Amino acid sequence: MSNSKNDNTKTSFWDKLKDSPSTDEFMKGIWKDNPVFVQVLGMCPVLAVTNTAENALAMGLATAFVLLMSNVLVSVLRNFIPKQVRIASYILIIASFVTITDYVIQAISIDLHKSLGAFISLIVVNCLILSRAEAFASKNTIGKSVLDALGMGVGFVFALLCLGGVRELLGNGTLFSYSVFPEGFQEWIIMILPAGGFFTLAIWLIFFNFRNQRKATV
Amino acid sequence: MTVASLGNIFISACLVNNFVLAYFLGICPFLGVSGKMETATKMGGAVTFVMLISSMCAYGIHALLIAIGAPFLQLISYIVVIASTVQLVEMFVKKMSPALFRALGIFLPLITTNCAILGLALFQTNKGYGFVESIVYAAGAGAGFTLALILIAGLREQLEFSEVPKVVKGTALVLLTAGILSLAFMGFSGLGGK
Repeated sequence: MSNSKNDNTKTSFWDKLKDSPSTDEFMKGIWKDNPVFVQVLGMCPVLAVTNTAENALAMGLATAFVLLMSNVLVSVLRNFIPKQVRIASYILIIASFVTITDYVIQAISIDLHKSLGAFISLIVVNCLILSRAEAFASKNTIGKSVLDALGMGVGFVFALLCLGGVRELLGNGTLFSYSVFPEGFQEWIIMILPAGGFFTLAIWLIFFNFRNQRKATV
Repeated sequence: MTVASLGNIFISACLVNNFVLAYFLGICPFLGVSGKMETATKMGGAVTFVMLISSMCAYGIHALLIAIGAPFLQLISYIVVIASTVQLVEMFVKKMSPALFRALGIFLPLITTNCAILGLALFQTNKGYGFVESIVYAAGAGAGFTLALILIAGLREQLEFSEVPKVVKGTALVLLTAGILSLAFMGFSGLGGK
């Protein structure tokens, strides 16, 4: 709380930034409406590829890219797409960008492409992207949609890193393949196995629930 | 291709590499409609049906795309086929059983975005399965999905009556249960000889 006192005397730039609606649009994806921890959307990649922090980061960035591009295109085309076929059109838009991403990752790193496997293609069916297209981009201007996509994308990457970091740290004793723990650390093999994904996500959700409930009572 | 190898494919897709508990595919309906045993069973049935149809279609499409030399259209054509199949199932269910239609609610159209189905189509293409193998694989994956859904629904019905700390209630509890189930399913590894 002492921080805010100091800031008051300085400049009002941050306050202005804080109060502007566009910052709100951006920030809500990261914290208040975090796609994974609060909305519980896009679970499949969240659990499947977060066994190491590196995979988690790559997957998060790929998803964020597709989210951004499809949000922009949906927003641009929002007045041209007939209501009845809108979901099908969104899926086609998303599928095109996912195909692009798939080929780009293959071009950059074959190893990464192998370790992510079919899950890159499965970004198509990530509910998060479709839900943002339907709930936000189809009703708002391009600028707002970009901000929304950026916020949600960053929030998604953040959540994936939270999971991937914990799982790699405990399951392998490393973080981004750098050894963290001293020699003799007993790895929790279970954390990199599928069951570990469920447990880690459950624990994060409990943590967020706990925070929200305590806030509500105070 | 022998009966034994087909059996292996079935067991592998159903138990060892269970789509929900080992590959994390189809988690959304898994969390969403697993509250009641009855809806879970029917959802499993619907998903299995869509899986069988789309697996057959995916086999045909893959052959066609290879023939015309346009593999980059794979993803787009798969998703279109799946979306149409789901639309078909939706109309069918609405006509035959309006009660079930209401019970499944939003999750019926959302089968389109069920990763399990697209995943199935992609995996069978990657593994280079033939037509019969693809169907067996789809049947195994569908059976595995239904099994996982029924198991978790049974557990959740029991958990309704037990006292749980307030912070753990909801999704977190289902995830913890799913984690334990996933541990149990690891016991199957080694089955199916792969």
